[in-house]
Amino acid sequence: MSDAGSNRVRGTLMHLVVHAALVALALVALTPFFWLICTSFKRQEDVFTSAFLPWDNLGALTVDNYRRLLVETPFARWLVNSLFLASAQTVFVVTLSSLGGFALAKYRFAGKRPLMLLMLGTLVLPYAVLLPSSWELMYHFGWLDSYLAILVPGMVSVFGMFLFRQSMLTVPDELLHAGRVDGCSEVRLWWEIALPIVRPMVGAFTLLSFLGNWSSLLWPQLVLQDESKFTLPIGLSNMIGLPQFETNYGVLMAGTLLSVVPVIVLFFVLQRDFIAGLASGAVKG
Amino acid sequence: MTAAANAAVAPAPARGRGNRSLWALQARGAPYLFVGPFVALFLVFTLWPVARSLALSFYRSAGPRAGEFVGLLNYQFLVTDVQFHLAVLNTLLYTVLYLALFIPLSLGLAVLLNSRRVRFRNVFRFAFFSTHLVGQVFVAVMFYLLLAPRHGLVNRAIGTALPWVGSEIYWRADPRLAMPAMVLASLWINVGYGMIYFLAALQNVDRELYEAAQVDGAGRWARFAHVTLPGIRPVLVFVLLVGTIGALQLFELPYVFFDPPAGPGMRALTIVMYLYQQGFETGNIGYAAAIGWVLVLFIFGISMAQLKVSGATEDL
Repeated sequence: MSDAGSNRVRGTLMHLVVHAALVALALVALTPFFWLICTSFKRQEDVFTSAFLPWDNLGALTVDNYRRLLVETPFARWLVNSLFLASAQTVFVVTLSSLGGFALAKYRFAGKRPLMLLMLGTLVLPYAVLLPSSWELMYHFGWLDSYLAILVPGMVSVFGMFLFRQSMLTVPDELLHAGRVDGCSEVRLWWEIALPIVRPMVGAFTLLSFLGNWSSLLWPQLVLQDESKFTLPIGLSNMIGLPQFETNYGVLMAGTLLSVVPVIVLFFVLQRDFIAGLASGAVKG
Repeated sequence: MTAAANAAVAPAPARGRGNRSLWALQARGAPYLFVGPFVALFLVFTLWPVARSLALSFYRSAGPRAGEFVGLLNYQFLVTDVQFHLAVLNTLLYTVLYLALFIPLSLGLAVLLNSRRVRFRNVFRFAFFSTHLVGQVFVAVMFYLLLAPRHGLVNRAIGTALPWVGSEIYWRADPRLAMPAMVLASLWINVGYGMIYFLAALQNVDRELYEAAQVDGAGRWARFAHVTLPGIRPVLVFVLLVGTIGALQLFELPYVFFDPPAGPGMRALTIVMYLYQQGFETGNIGYAAAIGWVLVLFIFGISMAQLKVSGATEDL
């Protein structure tokens, strides 16, 4: 009796310890977000005096940082550029990868094996090794300082092809066959049967592509020169180096916050699909 | 249901002879149509640049037009290039430090979250994962302030918790702290992401194995070592590999965080950053290509070694 009792006490204790640890770790993860929001609404002088908010003087909070960001820098322009580039590139790469992955998983065609081997060979190549030659290629195409240099090469994702091939394998052949008997064209099989089944993967890959493009700095910085074409990462990372913003924490944090929000919004739209897709890829891959 | 019923009543829409052969053509042509765009782009924007970059590594160049074949000279020069050695050492130091913390932290987090009767699991999962949604560049800007001496939140916290250390920690100026600062920022970005993979793997481990081990008198640690670890091994190897490959390519975080980007005493100079500087600031893209191929060798070598040591080659 007392043995079972002490077991129960130990169980409850363990339960509490686990939850306390989780809450503490979640605070470590989330506090920087809270601090980011606070700092973006603070006056410059309050940044140094209070860690989060100037509690005794909340009237000092201001949206001036946002005003300066939008008036004194081309931030709004960069935001629009980034939204356009990341959305367009994501739509292209998800479409091409899911079509290609569908073909790799569900069709037999000439050259499939060599293609897969070539793709596999490039899968672990670091992107950096392609930088010199890709830049040279853009130069010869006359695509430097053009969005084509970002959008067109960005349509290729070997990783995406393999992810979609892997998940398209789970689409039952009988379903496709039934579709054909009903007079579905092959494109409709992809759109109306295969894609809905691999929806979690579509969600996961959409988010990963968008996030990757949204925050990429190296390649856009290499190929874009005109400040009006800049993306958020280029613009914001340049701001750190400018004397008028270098120590202006409020403006920098307002810019960072506005740069993070679109991805969070997309995550909430896709979140159910996202976790399931990511997990299925990991366990099978 | 109604579609199936309709199909039973009127099987396959009526078509003429010409239409039928067109129909057969779209069925046979479909896979080529589906992979065609990818293959074309893959050839031009991946395979050609791979071949071209290998060729470039045997040239000395200044700008995109000039070029002089120099054979293995670029590679020979790399062997004696002190800055490159520093970049390699910095990158390896970062990779080892980062992985030594990243794997246990994300696995530990997953184990905690996987324990039975944890409430609000989805809320925690989202909280831990949310940091991954902030791209590296934006994290670098955030940590630029979080790690500011005296006023930065992290330094304030350290100053409060460890008064003898104080809050005057110069993460951006002290050469010894350059890579630790990068490790800190990377962990904040990635631990929750790694956790998602481990959590999925843990949920796939057979519960009966735990019960059997418990009956055999295995304690908590024994169960972890003999049931959990073998059960999640494929995912562990996967996360380790992807983590290593990513860490060896560190660039954007230090590039934005430090000024100059190589950091104090060049302790934040990474391999990819050196490639970038040589290729696009100095203008020798042949030398940059050679650096890229040495990085490829590192990645291949280290990945192969990891696969071999973990005995995962049998699974692949």
